[in-house]
Amino acid sequence: MIVTPGWYMALAAILFSIGAAGILVRRNALVMFMSVELMLNAVNLSFVAAGREVGLITGQVAVLFVMVVAAAEVTVGLAIIVAVFRRRNTASVDELATLRG
Amino acid sequence: MAELMWLPIALPLAGALLLVTFGRRIGEPAAGWIASSTIGAGFVIALISALDFFAGEEGASEVVRLFDWIPALGLEASLLWDPLAAMMTLVVTGVGTLIHVYSIGYMHGDPRFGRFFAYLNLFAASMLILVLGANFGLLFVGWELVGLSSYLLISFWFERPSAAAAGKKAFVVNRIGDVGFLVGMMVIFASFGTFSYGTVFEEAAEVLTTGTATAITLLLLVGAAGKSAQLPLHVWLPDAMEGPTPVSALIHAATMVTAGVYMVARTGALFELAPFSAGVVATVGAATALFAATIALAQWDIKRVLAWSTISQLGYMFLGVGATAYVAGVFHLMTHAFFKALLFLGAGAVIHGMADEQDMRKMGGLAKAMPVTFATMAVAWLAISGIPPLAGFWSKDEILAVTFEQGGWYVVLWAVGIVTALLTAFYMTRLMYLTFWGKPRWEEGLHPHESPAVMTSPLVVLAGLSLVGGLVNTPWRLTLEHFLEPAFELVELGHAPAAATAWVLAIVSVAAALAGILLATRRYRGLETVPEEASTPWRVLRGGYYLDDIYGNTVVLPGKLASAWLAFVADQRVIDGAVNGVGLLVRRIGAALRPVQSGFVRNYAVVVLAGTVGVLAWMLLRSGL
Repeated sequence: MIVTPGWYMALAAILFSIGAAGILVRRNALVMFMSVELMLNAVNLSFVAAGREVGLITGQVAVLFVMVVAAAEVTVGLAIIVAVFRRRNTASVDELATLRG
Repeated sequence: MAELMWLPIALPLAGALLLVTFGRRIGEPAAGWIASSTIGAGFVIALISALDFFAGEEGASEVVRLFDWIPALGLEASLLWDPLAAMMTLVVTGVGTLIHVYSIGYMHGDPRFGRFFAYLNLFAASMLILVLGANFGLLFVGWELVGLSSYLLISFWFERPSAAAAGKKAFVVNRIGDVGFLVGMMVIFASFGTFSYGTVFEEAAEVLTTGTATAITLLLLVGAAGKSAQLPLHVWLPDAMEGPTPVSALIHAATMVTAGVYMVARTGALFELAPFSAGVVATVGAATALFAATIALAQWDIKRVLAWSTISQLGYMFLGVGATAYVAGVFHLMTHAFFKALLFLGAGAVIHGMADEQDMRKMGGLAKAMPVTFATMAVAWLAISGIPPLAGFWSKDEILAVTFEQGGWYVVLWAVGIVTALLTAFYMTRLMYLTFWGKPRWEEGLHPHESPAVMTSPLVVLAGLSLVGGLVNTPWRLTLEHFLEPAFELVELGHAPAAATAWVLAIVSVAAALAGILLATRRYRGLETVPEEASTPWRVLRGGYYLDDIYGNTVVLPGKLASAWLAFVADQRVIDGAVNGVGLLVRRIGAALRPVQSGFVRNYAVVVLAGTVGVLAWMLLRSGL
């Protein structure tokens, strides 16, 4: 069985859908965060696969950028979650609805 | 010396700056002496500079360029030093100095002593800019500055609502005149492309059509009427008596109100091209002279008599300059400055000695209590009445004689002038009887006293000038006329009639004056009590023909109603309504859309996801999947 780029794309789509579903159904901010990471990495996977298929390095370069941004985002996001947890004693996003219009 | 003529402007200006900053610290009486010395120094400089003219040197007139002012309009700050400017400068600084010195005594004990002298100095500087400027630009600057300083001085005792209102009234009425002046200036600039006196007057005959010249001069006349309190813009001057008495003497008798006369005389070359305007000037002058003199007959307030008398005398000057008797008009300006300043300062001394009483019904018999004031006032009384050989006779007679010689309509104006002369003598005699002669009618416990020397010495000097000041221009020795001639070389001066006619006219005017004095003497001499003078004609006169009320109902009231409409309807409903309406609209839309923001992260995520899926689906469909 030869693993064609289609497989990679399918895997990426599955990972992305799992992440998206996680964001929609989970309440815990930490878990939602992990779901976001999952989505990002699904996209990364599709970038690398597509880049290899067309023989360009651009896909891998884009992935490096995504990883850097994701790292920064994680730092800030985790800090916010910790701060919120210390203050409200919960990490449930449904509790944090004070911005309701 | 002409190149030093910026000093008489700069010195009082510096004095004003110094006193407005440190006036309180400098205190009394040093502030007064500083102010007096700045203007006194100006007088000395002007006198020395004017010696060239006295010597009769040809071409002594010159324009001194100080600096570029508004290059875009070719406007320079430059001074014109010619005999007319010299005479005006000497009157302003000379009489001004005396009034400054007098004020040191009069304003004694005032909490804003220094501030008062700062304003006086500012006024002197403004007036000198007005008379010394060599173009219409500087004339206008001085014109506005004297308006400002007179506002400050009239409402100097602003704690009194009436004084504050009087200052405002003077300012507003002056602005009305200024609009005419400003538009006139614009027409001048449109016609000549310059504001410079020299160019305008020399080229006037070629550039201007009679129509344009008439338009310009009539517009200038509006400005002059506002500043010189001529009909129908005279209403501010009687109210201006709310200011301290030296202010009335300086501004509303001797200097500022003469600015209109000065301007007409200065722009004589333009009026010569517009005989109609000159006729209007003369007619307005004669009408004002008669009108104001009748009102002066019935006043009880000693200062108000003098205020209406000032308006009347300014009417004479307008009659003079309108009848091309420029020299006579300016001559009367000078003699009037002497005796009217004296009258006001004397009235001030009376008020001072009577503990701020201004009502003549409560005076009487003051001649013994205030001998110096009485003697000097008596000189001024005879001078303004036109009794030879005092100052007023010569100038008034010359105006009337030249007017008569013009013939036609001017003979009517001459007759008006003669009637006014009779009335003038009458109301001045009435003032003397009510104030200085007869039985004392003072309030209990009042001890009228003579004023200190710092106040009486200016009176004595002015009395001397009122005695002999007219002799500078008698029909036998026309010194002033020869002195002023270079300033009027572009104008054809009206001439006095031949000797025989002149004698008759002089006798008529003296007879009118004597008749006025005799009539008043018969009426007021030896009165035990004050005549009531309460019948309708007296009351109409005392109320100034109720012109104030008429203006109040026809001009001021509609203006107030229009302002109220603008403020409470146009502004609050329309403009504020539009602004508030926009705000309200935004708030309503916001309120309608607010539920979209649920605050739940998952809701947002669903929307983002759905949106993404939607956009992708649309793109795929479009590319024809």
